[in-house]
Amino acid sequence: MSILIVKDTKVIFQGITGRSGAFHTSGCLDYGTQMVGGVTPGKGGEQIHGLPVFDTVEEAVTATGATASMIFVPAPFTADAILEALDGGIKLIVAITEGVPVIDMVPVYEAIRRSDARLIGPNCPGLITAEECKIGILPGYIHQRGKVGVISRSGTLTYEAVWQTSNLGLGQTTCVGLGGDPIVGTSFIDLLELYQEDPETEAILMIGEIGGTAEEEAAAFVKENVTKPVAAFIAGLTAPPGKRMGHAGAIISGGKGTAEDKIAALNDAGIAVAETPADMGNAVVRALKA
Amino acid sequence: MKIHEFQAKKLFQAAGVAVLEHRVAKSPDEAAAAFNELGSSLAVVKAQIHAGGRGKGHVAEHPDQHGVQLVRSADEAQQVASRLLGNRLVTIQTGENGQTVRQVLIEKGCDIARELYLGVVLDRAAAMPVLMASTEGGVEIEKVAEETPELIHKEHFRPGIGLQSYQIRKLCKKLAIEGPAARMADRFMKTICKMYVDLDCSLMEINPLVITKAGDLIALDAKVSFDENAMFRHPDIADLRDLSEEDPAEVKAGEAGLSFVKLDGNIACLVNGAGLAMSTMDIIKHHGGEPANFLDVGGGAQTEQVTEAFRIILADPNVKAVLVNIFGGIMQCTTIAQALLEAYKTVGFNVPLVVRLEGTEVENGRKILAESDVDIINAADLADAAQKVVAAAG
Repeated sequence: MSILIVKDTKVIFQGITGRSGAFHTSGCLDYGTQMVGGVTPGKGGEQIHGLPVFDTVEEAVTATGATASMIFVPAPFTADAILEALDGGIKLIVAITEGVPVIDMVPVYEAIRRSDARLIGPNCPGLITAEECKIGILPGYIHQRGKVGVISRSGTLTYEAVWQTSNLGLGQTTCVGLGGDPIVGTSFIDLLELYQEDPETEAILMIGEIGGTAEEEAAAFVKENVTKPVAAFIAGLTAPPGKRMGHAGAIISGGKGTAEDKIAALNDAGIAVAETPADMGNAVVRALKA
Repeated sequence: MKIHEFQAKKLFQAAGVAVLEHRVAKSPDEAAAAFNELGSSLAVVKAQIHAGGRGKGHVAEHPDQHGVQLVRSADEAQQVASRLLGNRLVTIQTGENGQTVRQVLIEKGCDIARELYLGVVLDRAAAMPVLMASTEGGVEIEKVAEETPELIHKEHFRPGIGLQSYQIRKLCKKLAIEGPAARMADRFMKTICKMYVDLDCSLMEINPLVITKAGDLIALDAKVSFDENAMFRHPDIADLRDLSEEDPAEVKAGEAGLSFVKLDGNIACLVNGAGLAMSTMDIIKHHGGEPANFLDVGGGAQTEQVTEAFRIILADPNVKAVLVNIFGGIMQCTTIAQALLEAYKTVGFNVPLVVRLEGTEVENGRKILAESDVDIINAADLADAAQKVVAAAG
C-alpha cells in the first residue's frame, strides 16, 4: 500500500500546453503515471504527447474519468484552476505553481476544507508513490520502493532526504512535498494520519523549515496519535529573523517560527531529529531502532 | 515588500483612515519650513527608514539623537533633521551598521488620551487574516505577546465579507472604548481590514493608534508591507518600493530572478532550492564555518542566471571560499556545470571552490567539470562538502 496515489490513479494536467507542460507531462508518463489528458482554456482539441487537451476540467473528467489533477498554470490563475478542479469533481489536486498571492488562497483553503477533496501545495514539487505514480516535478529515479513515508515543505531538500533513504536501503512508500507557502492545502498532520494507517509505511520522515507553527502542531499530534517511528529535520537554524528565505512561508517574524522552537517541540515528542541535513537518513534508522 | 511610514499614511488617507497632518523633508531647511507650514506649537520629527524601533534607536554619528523626537520650533526641527539626515540610524532591527536616513516626517502633535495597538496579519494556522488589538499601545508588541498574551485580542475575518460590526463591538468592550470613539472604531477597523485584503498586504501595524482627548481615533504610526507575489495587480504600490533601503546585492539578485540574502560570514553558497539552500548554511555552521549568504538559484535556472549568481557572491570581499551544492531535479547537473565554466571565464574565481553535484545528469555534469581546467575541490556528499569548504576558508 501507499497513500494518496497508486499506479491506477488517473491524472489530468491543468496548464499542459504551457511552457513546461510538455516536459513535465513526459516526466510523469515516463515514471508510469496514468496521465489521461490536459486542460487549457481555448486549446481544447489539441494533443500533447498523444493526450487529449480539453477546454474545461468538467469536460476532461467526463471524458477520462480522472480523479487527480496536476496544476501548473501561472500564479495569477492558480486559485481559479484549483477551484475549477474542485468543481469538476477532482479528489486530489496538486498545485505546483510558485508565487500565488496569499490572499487568493484564503477562500480556496476554506472551499477545500469544506469538501472531500484534498489539495497539495501550492508551491510544491508534488508527490510520488515509489515505482507506481508521480504527480509533479520530482526526479523519479532517486525513489526506491520501501518503508519510509516522507513529508516535506521543501523541494530539493526532499530529494536529498529521499536519496539518503534510498542509499541506506530503506526506500519510500509515498513522498509528498507540502509546499513552501504560508497557506497550503495539506499539513503534516493530515499526512501523519494517513501514514499511521498505511500498513506498508514503517517509519515517517518529516522535513520542516522556519516560519509558522506547522511543525510544532505536528509534534503535538505525533505525541498523542502516532505509534510508528518518526524522524525529522528542520532547515533554517542559521536564518536571520525578518528575512524571507526563498519560500514565501520561510520567515521568522516577531520571534515566532524559529528552528530552535521547532526542534525543541520535536524532541519533546520523542521524534529523532537529524542534527544536519546529511543526517536525515540516519535519523530514520535511529528512529526505527528506538 | 516594505514601504515608508509616510507612504503608508498616504494610503491610509486615501482610504479614509485618520492620520495627523504632516510633511516630508529631505533637508534641514525643508524640515524647518515644514514646521512653519504645519503652524503648530509642537511637532514630531520621525526618521523614515524601513525598520522598526526608531524611537529607541540612536544615530551612529550622534549617539544622543534618537530616531523620533518632539520639537517646539522651526529651529529645533531643523537641528534634529540635520542630525538625522544623511546619517545612520541604528535600531534593534537594523543591525549594528544602521540604515541611512534619507528623509524625515514632520507631523503635528495632538492631545493623546490613550494609546492602543492595532495590527492585521495572516494567521497561518487558521489560514485567515486576523485583526489584533491591544490596550498596550506604543510599546513592543512582541514583548506583550510574549509576557502577557491575554492582553492581545484577536478577531479573524474573511476576505470579501470583511470584519463585522459585532466583532468590533467585542473588541471595543475588551479595550474599554466607549461612546463616540466606539462608533469611530467601527469604521476605522473595517477600513483597515478591507485595505489589508484589497491591497494584498502581508502586515499592517498601527502602533500606537491613539484616542485623542477630543475622542478621535488617529493612526499615529503606520507600518505596512505587501505580498510581493501580488504586486502584479498593484503597479502603483510596486512603484512605492525604495531600493535605497535594500541591500544592493539583494536587489541585483532579485532582478536576475535569484533569491539571495546577505549574511555576515565568509563562506558563500550557491544552491538550488530554498530548503536545501537554508540547510547548506546550517551544515556549514555545524562544521564551524560561517555562511556569507543564502542563495537559491531556483529550479529552472539558466546559464546566465547562474553566472550572475557567481558574480554577486564573488563581489563580497568577505568571501574566502564558495560551496556549490546542487541536487538536480528539473535543473540538470550539466546546466550548472556549464554555467560554472562560463562564470569561470567571465567572472574568474579568486577563492577556493567546493562543488557537490547530485541528481539529474550528475555523471555528465561531473565529467564536464573534470575535463575543464577549472580548479575545483570535489565533494562526495553534503557533509564532505561542508567540511572541505570550511577547511578551504581557513
